[in-house]
Amino acid sequence: MAFLTNFYAFLFYFAAFVLVSGLAFKIVQYSRTPAPLKIPTTPAPTKRSGVVFRMMREVVLFESLFRGNKWTWIFGWMFHFGLFLVTLRHLRYFMEPVPFLIQLVQPFGIYGGLAMIVGLAGLWIRRFYVDRVKYITSLSDHLILGLLVLIGCTGLLMKFVFHVDVVEIKTFYQGLYSFDIKPLPADPLLMLHLFLVASLMIIFPYSKLLHAPGLFFSPTRNQVDNPREQRHIAPWAKRLEQQ
Amino acid sequence: MAKATFEVPELTQYTEVPAIQPGAMAHSATFKAKEEFQKDLGFPGELVDDWQSKAIDKMGELLGRYRSLQVYMDACVKCGACTDKCHYFLGTKDPKNMPVARQDLMRKVYRRYFTWGGRLFPKLVGAEDFTKEVLDDWYCYFHQCSQCRRCSVFCPYGIDTAEISMAAREIMDSIGVGQKYCNEIIGKVYKIGNNLGLPGPALIDTLEGLEEDVYDETGVKVRYPIDEEGAEVLLVTPSADFFAEPHVDGLIGYGKVFHEAGISWTMSTHASEAANFGMFIGSYENMRRVAQRIREAAIQLKVKRIVFGECGHAWRVAYSFLNTLAGPWDFLDPRYPVPQHICEFTYELIQEGKLTFDKSENDDKVLTYHDSCNVARASRMGDMPGGQFEIPRAIIRATCNHFYDMDEDTIRDRTFCCGGGGGLLTDDLMEVRVKGAKPRLDALNNVIQEKGVTHMAAICAICKTQFSKVLPYYGMEMDQILSLHQLVSNAIVLTPGPDDEEEDEDDDLDGGDLDNDNEEMGDEAA
Ligand code: SF4
Ligand code: SF4
Repeated sequence: MAFLTNFYAFLFYFAAFVLVSGLAFKIVQYSRTPAPLKIPTTPAPTKRSGVVFRMMREVVLFESLFRGNKWTWIFGWMFHFGLFLVTLRHLRYFMEPVPFLIQLVQPFGIYGGLAMIVGLAGLWIRRFYVDRVKYITSLSDHLILGLLVLIGCTGLLMKFVFHVDVVEIKTFYQGLYSFDIKPLPADPLLMLHLFLVASLMIIFPYSKLLHAPGLFFSPTRNQVDNPREQRHIAPWAKRLEQQ
Repeated sequence: MAKATFEVPELTQYTEVPAIQPGAMAHSATFKAKEEFQKDLGFPGELVDDWQSKAIDKMGELLGRYRSLQVYMDACVKCGACTDKCHYFLGTKDPKNMPVARQDLMRKVYRRYFTWGGRLFPKLVGAEDFTKEVLDDWYCYFHQCSQCRRCSVFCPYGIDTAEISMAAREIMDSIGVGQKYCNEIIGKVYKIGNNLGLPGPALIDTLEGLEEDVYDETGVKVRYPIDEEGAEVLLVTPSADFFAEPHVDGLIGYGKVFHEAGISWTMSTHASEAANFGMFIGSYENMRRVAQRIREAAIQLKVKRIVFGECGHAWRVAYSFLNTLAGPWDFLDPRYPVPQHICEFTYELIQEGKLTFDKSENDDKVLTYHDSCNVARASRMGDMPGGQFEIPRAIIRATCNHFYDMDEDTIRDRTFCCGGGGGLLTDDLMEVRVKGAKPRLDALNNVIQEKGVTHMAAICAICKTQFSKVLPYYGMEMDQILSLHQLVSNAIVLTPGPDDEEEDEDDDLDGGDLDNDNEEMGDEAA
């Protein structure tokens, strides 16, 4: 078993490294790239506080998507909110002691897992049955959906059908913090689940999953509508003026 | 009207989302710019030899210059929310006119050359080499986007296809593949001062004619000054306003508003054009150069305020970019925003009770109002977000008794583009223009049927020209489109000045001749 445990320990160190460094690279790239012109999609807030509120509505409620397509919104929101609950539920593996709020959220995490699967299924069906969506879908879109569905299903199976020793899993992750590698239960379902999660972490910074940080940097959403009041100029554009 | 060589869509009560028809518009090819026009703008005259690597370099440069482009290339999840939002897709059924598919034309090249996924597994992530076929697709479909931003309203990440079209056009220009219509016009602005290529003396002549016409009609001397140093306001307006119908009726209206306000104003032969086609081709440098003329004119004429006439994308550049491109405006009167829209100007006067209207002058019409895309989704009027919707409507309500809005889903920030914006207002794109107008005209037809609407007012030179051209294809009349300030002009009650008493005897001027001669010119004017 030592081999498998070591392999998974390495895999998670690697995945965490790729995820963090890849995202950090992207976030630095986005924030370093200037937005030389004011391009908020109007009507837009005229104050910073309004922009914060607008962004919150986008992040929490998917406001624009709601206006755009109700079905996609329902499924997309279900999936993301489900994923959010599931993530909260999983935090118990990474924290000791487990904060009260995380204890509280445990049962909801299970509903979250179900919502996630339903949402993903709905989104996937659209890719086959709506001709426009089918047209824009590439192989990677199917693969990412498949990956997420599998992660969800293996997780739910472990909860409802083939139970695994959660205490041992927790020991494994706690050990990773101090480079003290503790044995992982040799459960095939768990192995698959963890492998898929690690894969997701690895592709995150190199795929469309970048929509998560991207949203915060989207100039049409995060700019204040005040071009007449305040002169907005990018460094490279400023250089043109000095010529 | 020219006979259509393509099938004009049938109007439907509500715009239905069509089944996709791949390749439906693949034949659309707008004329390419000849060498001489490319050179004026600092672009190579024809496709350069190593165009592929040059284009990729340029793309890299733009990715580093524009955060929008970088983020939008990465962020799309192919959710499909934008797929049924583009009027060109709705009108042509061509799936490459779906915003995300249009973006993908660039995204697949981006992925191939700028991402690990695309370098290692091109097939998997839909990455493709930048081949000649791909370039041809770019030219075809990035010239079927009016940069109206309707797609960006509904995208969960605010992905704005307009940003991508602009970048694509700039990349193409940089390798010698430019569009004739846009680039020729920008050249005219540099050489002569406006899109129409109207020289100063012609403008002066026209404005004198206008003054006489207005005097004949109203008995009041309303001035249409140009190049008058020391005036309070510089009015910058699209050059279509000088000649073409229905634009010129708007200009007549602005003059009457200034007259009643008692505020001195002037136009400028140097900046005799509000439009800035530099935006359409995504060229910051050209956009800046065009915008600088306005600064120069303001300094030269020693004005205190700048007001823009009715023009959609011009207002976007004015409102959102002018401070960036040609500011700071610290030499102007700080009590007023720079620049102001003529609608803001008129609306303020209405609020202050300085204008008197006889609404019954517009009783022969039942109005609706078309929100121009760039005004609606890329700018503002007044202090409040959404003022760009309310202020023009308030002006219509103040000047007309009969006004009805079109279907809520097709107005305000969800408005449909007229089909001619973004540098597509050229005869060689007639099919795209006619088909792209369908969603707007579906909604218009609806209020015509249900509310008895007779006319649609707009505040954009492109919209006005486009509608006068395409309305007849759908069995409507070209003069059903009006300038908003034409309504003001009709209803405003003018106060005679001291020298307005005696009736002018000679009535040999035929005001009608303006309409006929200049209809053709309108195309370029916007
Ligand atoms: S709405 Fe935005 S994220 Fe969705 S497919 Fe269109 S561009 Fe992509
Ligand atoms: S900007 Fe307008 S024309 Fe261009 S793709 Fe989006 S909706 Fe279509």
